[in-house]
Amino acid sequence: MMILAAAPFSGPWAAAAMIAAIVLCSTTGEVLTASAMKSIGDLDDIRAHSGLKGAILAVVTCPRFYAGVGFLALAFFSLLFALNHLDLSLVAPASASLTLVTNAIAARFFLKENVDHRRWTAAVLVCIGVYFLAH
Amino acid sequence: MSHIRPTPRQYLILGLVAVSAPLGDTCLSRGMTELPSISLAHPLSLISAVFTPWIAAGIALLIGFFASYLTALSWADLTYVLPATAFGNVIVALLSRFWLHEPISFQRWFGIVLITIGVGFVAHGPSLTERTSVEPSGPAEPVSEIAEERVP
Repeated sequence: MMILAAAPFSGPWAAAAMIAAIVLCSTTGEVLTASAMKSIGDLDDIRAHSGLKGAILAVVTCPRFYAGVGFLALAFFSLLFALNHLDLSLVAPASASLTLVTNAIAARFFLKENVDHRRWTAAVLVCIGVYFLAH
Repeated sequence: MSHIRPTPRQYLILGLVAVSAPLGDTCLSRGMTELPSISLAHPLSLISAVFTPWIAAGIALLIGFFASYLTALSWADLTYVLPATAFGNVIVALLSRFWLHEPISFQRWFGIVLITIGVGFVAHGPSLTERTSVEPSGPAEPVSEIAEERVP
């Protein structure tokens, strides 16, 4: 901790490490959260049958949801830390672009989603688009 | 894949996902840049940052984003919902151009076009991967096997 505290958080490697932490935590959190929501079922249907209270109860009683939220919280604090050292115009698009690609890969292998050519094309186009939008 | 398409209400939820996230991020950025530099030696200062006005506003917007995001994930694939979050960047860029009258370079217009095409690609496809109840081979159905336990 002392070594980390003494190290200056500047330079391309530090920026890459901060962005990588956001992407890793965000991808893990989003995959776990998506998995939890699919296991719960359509929230609109649950709300129609059991009301808003029933829908909230279905979400907060799912253990996998908390695992996802835990990783998303880690991603959030990683983002706050990165924003304190780097520009939003670098952090937001870089993490958003990379997260799109890593999420597509993770969704294909862990959620067994049908990531067809249409979705791969979209992920790549959005990724490049976010890059251009930030520069 | 089946041709499962969202209803107008579900498109509204996707719109909320797109708008609330970039606005929340902008509030967070404004709040964090006003604070003194934070080091790993004092991680608790990140907690106190949560109670400053801009960061609190950003968190409120991100809670709205998270609620609509969870709802969308309950009826659509992750790879369908995620491009909607990226489309928020386009909305912010267009607002800055036509509301705040900020100039947008050719590169940014190019980025906007690419994101719009990408989101259009996904939006015209099915929102949910069709899952059969009986898989002939392999351990599929990774997430839906406990659905019947959780749905009231």
